[in-house]
Amino acid sequence: MANALPRAGAVARFAPAVTALASSAGLVLAEMVPPGQVNLRGNPSDPRFLRAAGSVLNCLLPVGANTVQSTDDITVLWLGPDEWLILTAPGGETELIERLRAALGDVHAAVTDVSGNRARLRLSGPEARMVLAKGCGLDLHPQRFKAGQCAQTTMARVGIILHQLDDRPTYDILVRRSFAEYTWMWLKDAMAEYGGTIAAG
Amino acid sequence: MTNTHRTPTGGTVDRSKTISFTFNGKSYQGHAGDTLASALLANGVHLVGRSFKYHRPRGILSAGSEEPNALIQLERGAHTEPNLRATQIEIYEGLTASSQNAWPSVEFDVGAVNNLFSKIFVAGFYYKTFMHPQSMWMRVYEPIIRRAAGLGKSPQEADPDIYDKMHAHCEVLVVGAGPAGLAAALEAARGGARVILADEQPRFGGSLLGSRGETIDGMPALEWVAKAEAELRSHPEVTLLPRTTVTGYFDHNYLVMAERRTDHLPRGSKPGVSRQRLWKVRAAQVVLATGSHERPLVFADNDRPGVMLAGAARTYVNQFGVLPGRRVVVFTNNDSAYQAALDLHDSGAAVPAIIDLRKSVDGPLARKARAQGIRIITNSAISEVEGGKKVRGVQVQALAADGETVTGPAESIACDLIAMSGGWNPAVHLFSQSMGKLRYDEALAAFVPNLSVQAERSAGACKGSFALPACLAEGAEAGRAALAAAGLDAAEPARVPTAEALEEQPLRPLWIVPGKKPVGQKGKHFVDYQNDVTAADVLLASREGYQSVEHLKRYTTTGMGTDQGKTSNVNALAILAKSLASPIPQVGTTTFRPPYTPLTYGTIAGRDVGELADVARVTPIHAWHVEQGAVFEDVGQWKRPWYFPRGAETMEEAVRRECRAVRTSVGVLDASTLGKIDIQGPDAATFLNRMYTNAWLKLDIGRCRYGVMCKEDGMIMDDGVTTRLGPNHFIMTTTTGNAAKVLDWLEEYLQTEWPELKVYLTSVTEQWSTASIAGPKAREVVAALAPDLDLSAEAFPFMSMKEAVVAGVPARIFRISFTGELSYEINVPSHQALHVWREMMRVGARYDITPYGTETMHVLRAEKGYIIVGQETDGTVTPFDLGMDWIVSKQKKDFVGKRSYARPGAVDDGRKQLVGLLPEDPAFVLQEGAQIVEDADNRTPIPMLGHVTSSYYSETLGRSFALALIKNGTNRLDQAVYAPLDGGRIVKCTVTKPVFFDPEGVRLHG
Repeated sequence: MANALPRAGAVARFAPAVTALASSAGLVLAEMVPPGQVNLRGNPSDPRFLRAAGSVLNCLLPVGANTVQSTDDITVLWLGPDEWLILTAPGGETELIERLRAALGDVHAAVTDVSGNRARLRLSGPEARMVLAKGCGLDLHPQRFKAGQCAQTTMARVGIILHQLDDRPTYDILVRRSFAEYTWMWLKDAMAEYGGTIAAG
Repeated sequence: MTNTHRTPTGGTVDRSKTISFTFNGKSYQGHAGDTLASALLANGVHLVGRSFKYHRPRGILSAGSEEPNALIQLERGAHTEPNLRATQIEIYEGLTASSQNAWPSVEFDVGAVNNLFSKIFVAGFYYKTFMHPQSMWMRVYEPIIRRAAGLGKSPQEADPDIYDKMHAHCEVLVVGAGPAGLAAALEAARGGARVILADEQPRFGGSLLGSRGETIDGMPALEWVAKAEAELRSHPEVTLLPRTTVTGYFDHNYLVMAERRTDHLPRGSKPGVSRQRLWKVRAAQVVLATGSHERPLVFADNDRPGVMLAGAARTYVNQFGVLPGRRVVVFTNNDSAYQAALDLHDSGAAVPAIIDLRKSVDGPLARKARAQGIRIITNSAISEVEGGKKVRGVQVQALAADGETVTGPAESIACDLIAMSGGWNPAVHLFSQSMGKLRYDEALAAFVPNLSVQAERSAGACKGSFALPACLAEGAEAGRAALAAAGLDAAEPARVPTAEALEEQPLRPLWIVPGKKPVGQKGKHFVDYQNDVTAADVLLASREGYQSVEHLKRYTTTGMGTDQGKTSNVNALAILAKSLASPIPQVGTTTFRPPYTPLTYGTIAGRDVGELADVARVTPIHAWHVEQGAVFEDVGQWKRPWYFPRGAETMEEAVRRECRAVRTSVGVLDASTLGKIDIQGPDAATFLNRMYTNAWLKLDIGRCRYGVMCKEDGMIMDDGVTTRLGPNHFIMTTTTGNAAKVLDWLEEYLQTEWPELKVYLTSVTEQWSTASIAGPKAREVVAALAPDLDLSAEAFPFMSMKEAVVAGVPARIFRISFTGELSYEINVPSHQALHVWREMMRVGARYDITPYGTETMHVLRAEKGYIIVGQETDGTVTPFDLGMDWIVSKQKKDFVGKRSYARPGAVDDGRKQLVGLLPEDPAFVLQEGAQIVEDADNRTPIPMLGHVTSSYYSETLGRSFALALIKNGTNRLDQAVYAPLDGGRIVKCTVTKPVFFDPEGVRLHG
């Protein structure tokens, strides 16, 4: 039952969701069009589970804490010893779920569509680290938290998944949809002193 | 400009920049780099305030954050701020400041009459004077004391400034950028560590800023400071934070710092930039290089304007080019004040005498003073101070052999400044906050760090090492040690900066300097300037039995206030020790607590103000609710529509209309906030069977069941409907408020009690947005939305679930009901929910589909006797108490809570049970929470039967009704009970069953 209807961003009241960030020298914030999101739970010490998941995802499930594996189509974030979040193109989750369930068969695992669960905010620019540091207690120094790492943490009293995409640095902030408006307002406020802008839709 | 007391040259102020400011309504000028204190002194102004209790005229005592006297009300209107220390305020163009504690003016203060009645203001005066009668306290004494004694005025307007917070991490945090701190930071930075160097002053250099003639590595000290700062700046991993006070040292090397970012600039000149910033630092290692505070000498009338700490006098002349006096008497018990005498003399002040308590002095510093022709009077004391609002002179007398009295003739010496030194206290505040243990050093007559508890080390004056070479060596060593402890290798051998110092002779502690009359009789020996505590108060408190230093503090208030006794604590406890004839270490110190210096509330709040104060969680439909003019209710952090007023409707009218719509046509509720947990795994049914009180193993696929979850004590914790999606797959709903708690609860049981169960949980609360369509016309609306779905009662019965495409979106439709009406809950992914909602409203218009809010939901469910967890339950209610015996399985071997039902307390007579109540007056709606009693007569004590849990006006019933938990409620059906209300009204009610509408459930099965 795939559906091609447009997906509303979680902060649509403030700004439209975008599909990509224009390259910009400055500090910029955007909401990305909600991606397909699949929550995967399973036992990483069960080789059948790892094999089945890997064959569908075309990559190894990241088993190191707070690591990320990516292919052209998907991004897999480690959330816990037996939990991953798989991001894919908007609408791609339906087929991905079917394929994962088929490949896993009777292996004990849980494949759950969570595409609507979280909004994906993207913060990019030289001062992005300072903006996050205003509300996030994690050590985001480039030697401690690098591109390709993720963490479940809190920022400004909101639980988030933080994923660093590149060294610019660019971060994805995955936040429960109901918290997205607050998180957006908080980020916008924290960016103000650096002259941050909102990405045009 | 006319700075009468500015030296022609010298100091680090920028003489090319003149800054105008106003103090107590009068205009003055200073230079860039001046503090308010130095600028006032440059203009010859000493009298800056009145004291707290006696309203005695007070001057500037110190040159730093330890200042107890010079408390200032800065600015006016919204920017006004009380209790700032003149010694820390950097002047800026247009600054406006005034004295505190003085009315009508600091020169003529009515409150000074207190000084004449000082007998009633002795130690413990609050407790002694204002005791009786008690009723007078709140109405009379307290307001008067507040007005008379108030420390400044808080602003009446909202704070126009912004404040924020910043997290930071480093290998080495160095606190204090004096010689020791700079040496430490250099070593750590050279080893590649992430270093944060914080100093409360606007410039780095610490004590070097106020010194003269020192050289380091062969260059003038300030040149070395500039070079060190430049080198630190060249290291990319070093963060330099001037104007930043480390105020708190907590567990796990977590420190809090307050940075003043724009306070040195005219107010409002940096829009968008936070005025102050709270830093939260995780430091692998900490180097404390916090320096020391000079102690006053406790002599008679040692608080007159013009009595200043010698080190401060030295700072004013050396750092600011200001002569705080033209004729300076130095009074000391140690060598350090000689340096002040020399520097003041060198800058053109007359120094008629150094009065030294020591029996003889012959160190290099004394020799230098003598060489300059300065007279040294040893074994003598100032026995009297001449002058009230300003020092005019001193009387000097020799000390008796025991130092307890003065003897012989008094010599009068004219002067306009007394520069005093009673020795130095290492600033051990942060060390103590870190839980480090102190040791009393007899030679220094001061407490020094002894045993560390956290990953920190002290260096320099804060460790009791006052000589410059030692400060530099200890700093460099501490920096290196911190580097190694943080796991980093020093890249090169240590480079210890070199300096020279003159040898100093030991001090002579004389905790109370004798005056002409015994202590307490004439003249006041001030110990704590800010709280007006004298040596006599300390001795009195000791005689009255307040012999613990903590009791002394609370009884006399010594060491309290904005300065927290930085200049007074050691003097106070030494005097206490003397009176008890105990050694000082045995008396000990009071606890050093954060913050080191006062913090603004703005800094603590940061951006947690206004709309950022807390999260407002909104559903995917929120924008539509706003469009419709919904009135919102806070449910936890959620914003839920409470009701949807049309036109000028009141809440009552809107709720009646919404209720009527659901009972007669169709209404819709945004139920997106309900918690939803996806449960998968071969043991999912077994798991549910253990967590819920009822049976779950045989639930068919596609069928829904209501469940109640209890804690181990058998009390209800949550409820909701769970549906079987597949053989090993369920979807559970929880109450809105308990969504996270229930998920944690389930995970805890899976991870700690039954790890063998193969079950995975995933929160999908926000994956699905829920529209609950209820009413006789609900089927028509759903049919229009999902034309391919067979909605007949046979194909899609009550308590079942179907998947269907709704308005083009794949959906799960649950036929469940919380209103008692035919009802469908349509769940669609959140990112397409608003589209589905709008479509639903479009097709439902034909049936006048009516959005309703939480209030209508509450009324409708209460008419059916459906409970709300947290309203009908409060953690003391079992399913049996609610008449829900049917939901507790008798067959199951075990489930969470089962064993508790065998406890006598769970089955005893007299438990409260859920009943309905019908007030005698059908128009009267009881208050929720109203107590229920048996008798109409109001004799106390009235035995309470229970309370009203829910109460509404029912449009359906045409009358008011309520739910209540009352003792033996089920045995009281049709009996009368009473609700005594506020104001004496007693409302008669009839007890009923708790179901008021459609008890057979005809409508919801329809």
